[in-house]
Amino acid sequence: MNDRIEKRIELAAPVSRVWRALTDYREFGEWFRVKLDGPFVPGQVSRGPITYPGYEHVIWEAVIQKMEPERLFSFTWHPYAVDPKTDYAKETPTLVEFRLEKTAGGTLLLLTESGFDKIPSERRLEAFRRNDGGWTEQVKNIENHVAQRP
Amino acid sequence: MSHKGRSGSASQRRARAPVFAALGDETRLSLVAKLSVGQPCSIRRLTSGSKLTRQAITKHLRVLERAGIVHAVRAGRERRFEFDPKPMEEIGKYLDLVSEQWDRTLARLKSFVED
Repeated sequence: MNDRIEKRIELAAPVSRVWRALTDYREFGEWFRVKLDGPFVPGQVSRGPITYPGYEHVIWEAVIQKMEPERLFSFTWHPYAVDPKTDYAKETPTLVEFRLEKTAGGTLLLLTESGFDKIPSERRLEAFRRNDGGWTEQVKNIENHVAQRP
Repeated sequence: MSHKGRSGSASQRRARAPVFAALGDETRLSLVAKLSVGQPCSIRRLTSGSKLTRQAITKHLRVLERAGIVHAVRAGRERRFEFDPKPMEEIGKYLDLVSEQWDRTLARLKSFVED
């Protein structure tokens, strides 16, 4: 059974540029939609409020794992941890890895998120139901927002 | 699109909890593969052609049963096991959802660095 997500995306930007967008906490916060309180440090928690419209009351939190310059950036987190009433700390987090490779046109970004086998099914269902309500609407909002601000 | 009907009762949800774990085993995967294509099978039939003992197969079936992936049905004096696709569909949908989120997030990263 597949318990991971894998994505490949070609970016028309040098590896150094992508590395900065991934690992500078301010730049990361721009496209990830979170206002982080300080630089990423391996082994340490990074947190801050989500800036995604409608989710500003939610605190985003991750533990930075690896920072191998221009090669690998990884963190663990709790995907869909958007309910302030739930204590996600008890759950096993998933591992998110960004791998960079230089290409002729710029950078190949390989993203994997693994460890879904450890997420309680209650939570999977909850995330699923949540999507039924406001989430789709919020995604439209953000897409509009990004389109207005190229 | 409504997903309400899919959540089921609390007890059903609890029973579905270890789906990933249940499928993380080659023997159980092969049992699921057998059951998912055909009619409900008895333990005797599932054991024939397998190197495993009846006891071992029974143990694996119990794990699958707890995860809600197979259900026992009575056929006369015999207990047969049938496949239930729901728990696996549910997990597939959850991963699709997280996957879509990544597509959007990475699209934002792309426009951010390509500017």
